[in-house]
Amino acid sequence: MKQGTGLRIYAIAYLIFLYLPVALLPIFAFNDGTVIAFPLQGFTTKWFVELLSIDALHGAVRNSLFVAITTAILSTIFGIFAARASSRYRFPLKGGILGLIMVPLVLPEIIVGVALLVMVVSLMGLSLSLWTVVLGHTLICTPFAVAILSASFNGLDRSLEEAAIDLGETAMGAFFKVTLPLVTPGIVSALLISFTISLDEFIIAFFLTGSEPTLPVYLWGQLRFPQRIPVVMALGTILVILSLVLLTVAEFFRRRGVRRTGAKDTGGFL
Amino acid sequence: MRLPKGEAASGLLLVSPPLVYAVLLLAVPLGSIVLLSLWTQNFLTFDTTLTLANYAEAFTDPLYRTLMLRSLAISGSVTLATVLFAFPIAYFVSFHVAPERKALWIFLITIPFWTSYLLRVFAWKVILGFNGVLNTSLLGLGIIDEPLTFILYNANAVVITLAHAYAPFTILPIYVALEKIDRSLLEASRDLGENALVTFLRVTLPLAMPGVVAATLIVFIPTVGDYVTPVLVGGPDGRMIANMIQIQFLQLNDAPMGSALAISAMTIVAAISLLFLFLMRGFLKERA
Repeated sequence: MKQGTGLRIYAIAYLIFLYLPVALLPIFAFNDGTVIAFPLQGFTTKWFVELLSIDALHGAVRNSLFVAITTAILSTIFGIFAARASSRYRFPLKGGILGLIMVPLVLPEIIVGVALLVMVVSLMGLSLSLWTVVLGHTLICTPFAVAILSASFNGLDRSLEEAAIDLGETAMGAFFKVTLPLVTPGIVSALLISFTISLDEFIIAFFLTGSEPTLPVYLWGQLRFPQRIPVVMALGTILVILSLVLLTVAEFFRRRGVRRTGAKDTGGFL
Repeated sequence: MRLPKGEAASGLLLVSPPLVYAVLLLAVPLGSIVLLSLWTQNFLTFDTTLTLANYAEAFTDPLYRTLMLRSLAISGSVTLATVLFAFPIAYFVSFHVAPERKALWIFLITIPFWTSYLLRVFAWKVILGFNGVLNTSLLGLGIIDEPLTFILYNANAVVITLAHAYAPFTILPIYVALEKIDRSLLEASRDLGENALVTFLRVTLPLAMPGVVAATLIVFIPTVGDYVTPVLVGGPDGRMIANMIQIQFLQLNDAPMGSALAISAMTIVAAISLLFLFLMRGFLKERA
């Protein structure tokens, strides 16, 4: 298409702008020098080797995995409840109730962090732990799960479930044997997206973490020390690859879900 | 509206777990910072007499006022920049990319957003720094004689970095709005003798406005409260209100003042957003 040429060049330049910071991570992760600037000093893999020997980092990774897995499961369960209720039933105050569940999507994260900190510490007198981080992360991941799962539930053909009930299944049986398998791709996608968001979330974890830091909180501490930066770059490279793999898998399941329910692919999970 | 018997009850029962969670962990905590903002810090304990003193200080203290106005200005610039630069991309993907490749483009655009936020912001520090990627490249190419210093540790750096971080958030809603436009309307405009530019301005753009409005709010609201970017690339002149909220809570141990600042920021942002929605209401009406 001739008239789109200028736009296409702009789009490619824009993609370069989007990927520029991400592309720097692997470049400096393999650079044999502690100063993060050009010219490069030669190729090395020593920063990756060093990653293996930092115990505090391994602890942070374990903490983050615990938080992200727990968050993913909780948010997806909440997401299934809310999405099913929204797509299948009419009930009073529906808009307001679903609105409240979706609010964390547009709330600055620092507000969520501060508000939970006040409630947990000042008012309830509890101490901070990885569980308080899970509470905050579940709050912000649930809206994403609801959005993904609503698309799955809305794409369902209601008559399939009705057919199962006509053929003698109970409502519960029809849900577990017919509906749930059809929305499985959406569930997998919601799990992966919630996991990815939680794994990367910093500001809520910064406020709600106790003595056990999550990975982003640990990273934040490291950014103050210039000599630690190359190791951080190596870690960043691994994280980028990890989130790429997770997202590709999530996208694969989302598309399969779209195909399975026979809907038109509108692209993207947001 | 007549509800089938039991449907309302089933729906409410089903939605109750996430609803109870949102009430306990969102509504109650927000309520508690409102309450706390009306108390005052009395050394190690709270003085629980209700007072608006913290709010009076939040709005009159020059430091708080500067931080608040700067946060709004930075956020406004970021919003304007992201929406202006993102619109052509959304337009390109919606109108000039073959349907079977649209999902791939959207996927490519969203990927960088899913990679570590901290590290992306940090990467901008590396790009914009005195010995950074941008300066060394420009020096190497002979375009500049000495490193540019106005691009790091100030508000400009915060705007560039946030504009990058929020780019996908603007592209997606505009893209969705453009996708919904009935293409026959554009043909009709052309058939009736309007040229491409007028068709764009009078048909495409007004129909895309709901997406533009959504994109504006999706960027403006969270960026006002950004904490990481000002600390890493902002320098002293690029600090924002979230940095002060954090200092009040975690360093000065004055949670009531921190709460008052947080509530004030949220209220101002909500007021601006509602005013914006009011001004844009003409574009948001449902079209038959």
